[in-house]
Amino acid sequence: MSVWRDVIGQEPTIETLSRAVVDDAAMTHAWLFTGPPGSGRSVAARAFAAALQCPQGGCGECHECRTALDGSHADVKVVATEGLSIKVEDTRALVQESAMRPSVGRWRVIIVEDADRLTERAADALLKALEEPTPRTVWMLCAPSLEDVIITIRSRSRHVRLRTPPVEAVAELLQRRDGIDAPMALYAARAAQSHVGLARRLARDEGARIRRRDVIAMATKIIGVGDAIGAAADLAQIADEESTASSAERDAAEKARLLETLGADPTARTQPPHVRAQVASLEKEQKTRATRHARDMIDRSLVDLTSVYRDALVLRLGSDVALVNPDAMDKVRALSGVLTAEQLLGAMDAINEARDRINANVPPLLALEAMALQLRLPRDLGF
Amino acid sequence: MAPAPVPSLVLVSGPEEILVDRAITSTLAEARAAGAEVIRLDAATYEAGALLMHASPSLFGGSKCLVVRDLHEASDELQLDLLALLADPAPDVSLVVTHGGGMKGKKVLDTMKRLGAHTVECPAIKTDRDKSDFVMKEFSSARRKITGEGVRALVEAVGKDVRELASASSQLIADTEGVVDDAVVDVYHGGKVEATGFRVADATVAGQQGEALRLLRHAIATGVDPVPIVAVLAAQLRQLIKVGSAGRGSSAQLARSLGMAPWQVDKARRSIGHWSAEGLAVAVQAVAAADFEVKGGGRDPVYAVERAILTITRARGAR
Ligand SMILES: [Zn+2]
Repeated sequence: MSVWRDVIGQEPTIETLSRAVVDDAAMTHAWLFTGPPGSGRSVAARAFAAALQCPQGGCGECHECRTALDGSHADVKVVATEGLSIKVEDTRALVQESAMRPSVGRWRVIIVEDADRLTERAADALLKALEEPTPRTVWMLCAPSLEDVIITIRSRSRHVRLRTPPVEAVAELLQRRDGIDAPMALYAARAAQSHVGLARRLARDEGARIRRRDVIAMATKIIGVGDAIGAAADLAQIADEESTASSAERDAAEKARLLETLGADPTARTQPPHVRAQVASLEKEQKTRATRHARDMIDRSLVDLTSVYRDALVLRLGSDVALVNPDAMDKVRALSGVLTAEQLLGAMDAINEARDRINANVPPLLALEAMALQLRLPRDLGF
Repeated sequence: MAPAPVPSLVLVSGPEEILVDRAITSTLAEARAAGAEVIRLDAATYEAGALLMHASPSLFGGSKCLVVRDLHEASDELQLDLLALLADPAPDVSLVVTHGGGMKGKKVLDTMKRLGAHTVECPAIKTDRDKSDFVMKEFSSARRKITGEGVRALVEAVGKDVRELASASSQLIADTEGVVDDAVVDVYHGGKVEATGFRVADATVAGQQGEALRLLRHAIATGVDPVPIVAVLAAQLRQLIKVGSAGRGSSAQLARSLGMAPWQVDKARRSIGHWSAEGLAVAVQAVAAADFEVKGGGRDPVYAVERAILTITRARGAR
């Protein structure tokens, strides 16, 4: 067993990182992990942290390995933000912490999961630590792509690029780690386009599968303007439901965690005022996050929707590329029959345009309506 | 006249806060008038046993009215205490409970209903139809008349917030005499951003290019943000498409199934004949593009809205 076990489809990266563990010359004090969402940036960073702490270079079994992987190691700090940005105060505190020597481990590791959310001032504060590195302190910054990280930080860290893992590797991980049966794991890995977290959610949650199927089905049902407006409303609602379903669990977990850190009894009827105040501010934060989350969910639905048109295009052009939606073959085939390659590309453009607009704060419903109107089919396909 | 007796069980059920507040206020006024002592219990900070303690007769006699708000957030202890009190009601004690919805506290809710609690429904006021109904009720309970156009103007101007709608209604009722119509509403609320947005949108959808542009420029000159104007335009086109593809049926039926107010259905029906499906599609695209530009995607937000107005008014006649 090895600490790299769950870092799937990333052989070159594992090689680079493993070498850094054993060879001082290959090691550096700041690493930047980039890769598409769901490719396992933070999983890779945690595995690297574990390998650095482990006396055997990452056995995956010892106390050091296990605690580093699950985030409880005293010298491995994982900064994950659910907020919109990482603030300068938080970064200053991190920089101070980074100047200390490791307490029990061989290294002090600080993993910043969303380095793309550092505000400009926060990035400046961080820069100081990167310019004057403390021996035995390692920064691991994660972001979707290089462009998402401020250039001064980029230039002071070593870049590790994760790729989208192959569908089979994701399916295998789901089977091994989450005990999901083979056909379901394969379906989920494919439908999630190798996004590990999403694939797991699809495999485990029937509601998520149904919602995805509903999104896919939409592509074959929009004929008139009324259908388009209705489809946009449905899409907004599907995302809303999905967002509520997935955030309820997390919200409750966070509250429990907060009560635990405050040393409050979670079963107590009445919490003391200072605890209540903190709970109230957490709940407020969760609410703003829910809005953002609903938008992310719409974005995910749009990625799903794009995949049908993409599959239809693959079919139309007769390319030898694996389909994302072999389970919706009838719909893919119907679309490729009724739309030209150009029209299929046009549909994909319309979806991308909606994603950009929603990102720019256009009300999702309006952006989706404009999109759906461009997805109208020339005739009823009988779905 | 002797004060009306307070019902011993009052259930205020539903999420609309302004209605809940009103129900509580009037019930408590009755209770106080009848000489009862009012005791409020907060569901969030409830201590087990408190309810039963308060329900026990006081040394000085006299009746009590216990108010428990937000049963839907009540702890198990509070629910158990409520059930105990309901199973063994104390003399001279009346109980007022509010429940905002959801499954929590359902058992208490059902028990109260079974025991014949006086129930005040406070349904959410969400759609424009709900808001129109609300305004009409406000006026009719004050024995005043408001025209359909008056309701429309009021909902358009201040309908975003139910509390504001309520206070605007009572202001109109207090400050004016006779029938309230859209002209009266306009005097009071015509300067609102929303009202301006509606005028621009109305003119645009009606194809009055010059008028729409003039209103837009005037609005911008007086410091109105273009964002809500675009939002109103989008909403109107959306309603037009919904009504246009909904087929036949009375305005009231359509209003119900589409979550719109009947006057909105009628308004959309009057306009729809001038529009083709393709024209509407073009119009919605233009609004979405303008919204994107207004939100920072373009250099000149005002020009973006102007261009949308031009595109939409042109798309109107097109077949
Ligand atoms: Zn180990």
